[in-house]
Amino acid sequence: MTEHRGIDRREFVKIVGGGVVVLVSVGPSALLAQDRRRVYPEDLNAYLRIGEDGRVTVFTGKIEMGQGVMTSQAQMVAEELRVALSAVEMVMGDTDRCPWDMGTFGSLTTRMFGPVLRAAAAEARAVMLRLASEKLGVPRSKLVVADGVVSVAGDPSKRVTYGDLAKGRRILRTVDDKAVLRKASELTVMGTSPQRLDAHGKVTGGAQYAGDIRRPGMLYACVLRPPAHGAKLTRLDTGAAAKLPGVTIVDQDGLVAALHADPEAAAKALARIDASWETPKPPFDSETVFEHLVKVAGPGEVVSAKGDVAAARKTAARVFESIYHKGYVAHAPIEPHTAVAEFKDGKVTIWASTQTPFPTRDRIAGELGLATENVRVITPFVGGGFGGKSAGLQASEAARLAKITGKPVQVRFSRGEEFFYDTFDPAAVVELATALDGAGKITLWDYHVIAAGDRGAELFYDTPNVSIRVSGAWRGEGTGLHLFGVGPWRAPGANMNIFAKESQVDIMASAARIDPVELRLRNMTDERMRRVLQAAAEAYGWKPRVAPAATGRGRGVACGIDAGSYVALIADVTVDREKGTVKVERVVAAQEMGVVANPEGAKMQMEGCITQGLGYALAEELRFRGGEILDRNFDTYQLPRFSWVPRIETVLVRNDDLAPQGGGEPAIVPMGAVIANAVFDATGVRFFRLPMTADRVRAALAKAQEPAPKPA
Amino acid sequence: MTKTIRFCLNGKPTTLETDGERTLLWVLRGDLGLTGTKFGCGEGTCGACTVVVNGQAVRSCTVPVSSVDGAEVITIEGLARDGTLHPLQQAFVEHGGFQCGYCTPGMVMNAYALLRANPKPSREAIVKGMEDNLCRCGAHQRIIAAIEDVARGKGGAS
Repeated sequence: MTEHRGIDRREFVKIVGGGVVVLVSVGPSALLAQDRRRVYPEDLNAYLRIGEDGRVTVFTGKIEMGQGVMTSQAQMVAEELRVALSAVEMVMGDTDRCPWDMGTFGSLTTRMFGPVLRAAAAEARAVMLRLASEKLGVPRSKLVVADGVVSVAGDPSKRVTYGDLAKGRRILRTVDDKAVLRKASELTVMGTSPQRLDAHGKVTGGAQYAGDIRRPGMLYACVLRPPAHGAKLTRLDTGAAAKLPGVTIVDQDGLVAALHADPEAAAKALARIDASWETPKPPFDSETVFEHLVKVAGPGEVVSAKGDVAAARKTAARVFESIYHKGYVAHAPIEPHTAVAEFKDGKVTIWASTQTPFPTRDRIAGELGLATENVRVITPFVGGGFGGKSAGLQASEAARLAKITGKPVQVRFSRGEEFFYDTFDPAAVVELATALDGAGKITLWDYHVIAAGDRGAELFYDTPNVSIRVSGAWRGEGTGLHLFGVGPWRAPGANMNIFAKESQVDIMASAARIDPVELRLRNMTDERMRRVLQAAAEAYGWKPRVAPAATGRGRGVACGIDAGSYVALIADVTVDREKGTVKVERVVAAQEMGVVANPEGAKMQMEGCITQGLGYALAEELRFRGGEILDRNFDTYQLPRFSWVPRIETVLVRNDDLAPQGGGEPAIVPMGAVIANAVFDATGVRFFRLPMTADRVRAALAKAQEPAPKPA
Repeated sequence: MTKTIRFCLNGKPTTLETDGERTLLWVLRGDLGLTGTKFGCGEGTCGACTVVVNGQAVRSCTVPVSSVDGAEVITIEGLARDGTLHPLQQAFVEHGGFQCGYCTPGMVMNAYALLRANPKPSREAIVKGMEDNLCRCGAHQRIIAAIEDVARGKGGAS
């Protein structure tokens, strides 16, 4: 992470041309130190340019994958610079034109990058005011600015536009993050929900994704894939495929591909490649993986401890011991991983569907033995990422094949490849022992998470005796935990941790015959959490009652913290006892995320979280046998559909005292627990494993109805 | 086998000399340069490639181009007229019926065929009609609202 050189400053001034350019340089400030990673190791983090036409161009290493940051970032700039949103143009994820960025993930764009961008815009406004002051011969204190026009207060005829001020100039300014930002109460563009900048392109088919890039002479590549992870190629015959007209065969350093100007012809040629594989005996499968994880993960490490859990366990009247399971979950963006690579004059340009343009550039430079300045990654619109497009095998393959063939090459995963090479949300286990005293206070929290990592594991209840132990990080690298790729998946690990934690709290509430909202409030002092829970309960119309009702209809509640935001969900479900199907009828979500940059965008993210969360709660679990992936398309791997979607009501709990926090992930993390809790209320049966598929629910309900065995 | 295929594409007569067995999706995206129609699954299970053929929503990744010989084909590029969005497109914009936008052309075209067959569908009929179009971002609620608006005649007739 040392050699992330930003753009050479003279170089980019040449690239961006005249006008006023503002760079922001942020060192390891308090702001960035909040995050455990050093997100912006570069000295140059953002820049924007005011052109001679008055238009503002923002250069950002972030990418747009549906989360709406193209619009919310432009709003931030328009806000601080005092220009119309329509005057702002976004250049995103282009490694030659944008400052270095680690990637778009972790709900960091608004939280971490937002203030940097706002500082750049605020500084640009200051520059404009200074220039206007000189030009109009009026002190800065007498100037007002709106819509990119500086005028004299009380005398609007004396005015000058940003464009005029920028004419013939080549001003370069560097600021740190100390620029004075507008206060929450002053905001007029942030905090509103204008039409998204990507709207028109996306409803007309004009928006370009990596697969829409066409280069002269471009070939489509289909790469030979093993039948299972860990399989070894034992025999290869490309003779028949090579004879097909227009086909190019590549067989180099383990990369075997058929290429053709027509993607279908390339696929047909690939099918003619004759290959034999030796596949290792499957060591475990989607059902036995949990034993494997427990065995391999090791004792782990205690990441949080207080009080004396052993003593608390001894003195507890009853210890609630539970084990929770969740299988592998796919990202399954509708756009498969795609890249186009083209070599020209020793330099390669790669258009890629990626969440990480700069790391992708650096990796490919290493793979091809090129200097980083000879690799350019351009990120068009990304058709969904959710963490899965942090990986970029397709971009590496496209670059290698373009180098080998000397022609532009597109690699676009088939849906089967997409499932095969996904970096799944890992299967995970949580072992949990807790206790409650007579007053309904949690006295013991002994928590052990295996393979999901610690995100979301931290307790937001006030409990005197706590141990939180973590075995195996969710990335799982080099641990022998997984047979195929795992990686970040929308709030990595937090979905599992919150499922376990918030199910467990409900188990205790039911046993103690306390309303589950009441039990939570009794055990939490964190005001932000109390506020969102109370807001959700109020919006829902919650009336205290002990679960389960066991009427076939139920309600559940669950809370979560993620990416600096607090969220509480309440869900209604109906359960069909015969079929085992769970229909989520209504979800009320209250979220507090500091200042809200774009309320409608925030709500869209919350709705997206809730809808996507239905999948891992009710249906999504990758089936595999050893390294063989059994789910290869949407016929067997079921994504949430229109008929699954509940009535979703979102409430944004105001907190203007806090800078904007993350919004892309928080509302998904309580989805497993809120539905499990509602299903328990509906049926009296507790589910400890996600997803709660119809088969599992039906079987569990049937078992619960069996008469208890007679004592021997 | 190369054959001559004539059809009406987005209101324009179109003639192709090509292998009729090729898939409509790739002919649209490749030969005709209409990249608004997306590849998602290749097996007709996601709906991203939906186009309208003689008024019916068709998964263009599963049908041969010969099947549209003599037909009227509409793709996402054919909906807006003279820069004015079709009411469905406008409703998707207004309701935020998209996030990443990749499934959107298929969603809009599927909804277009749905409304053409049933201009005043109930909410249930919309859900049923859209059921096999997948959206991973979770824009469903807003997509339904957008279609409902057009069905109710808001934002102009379809």
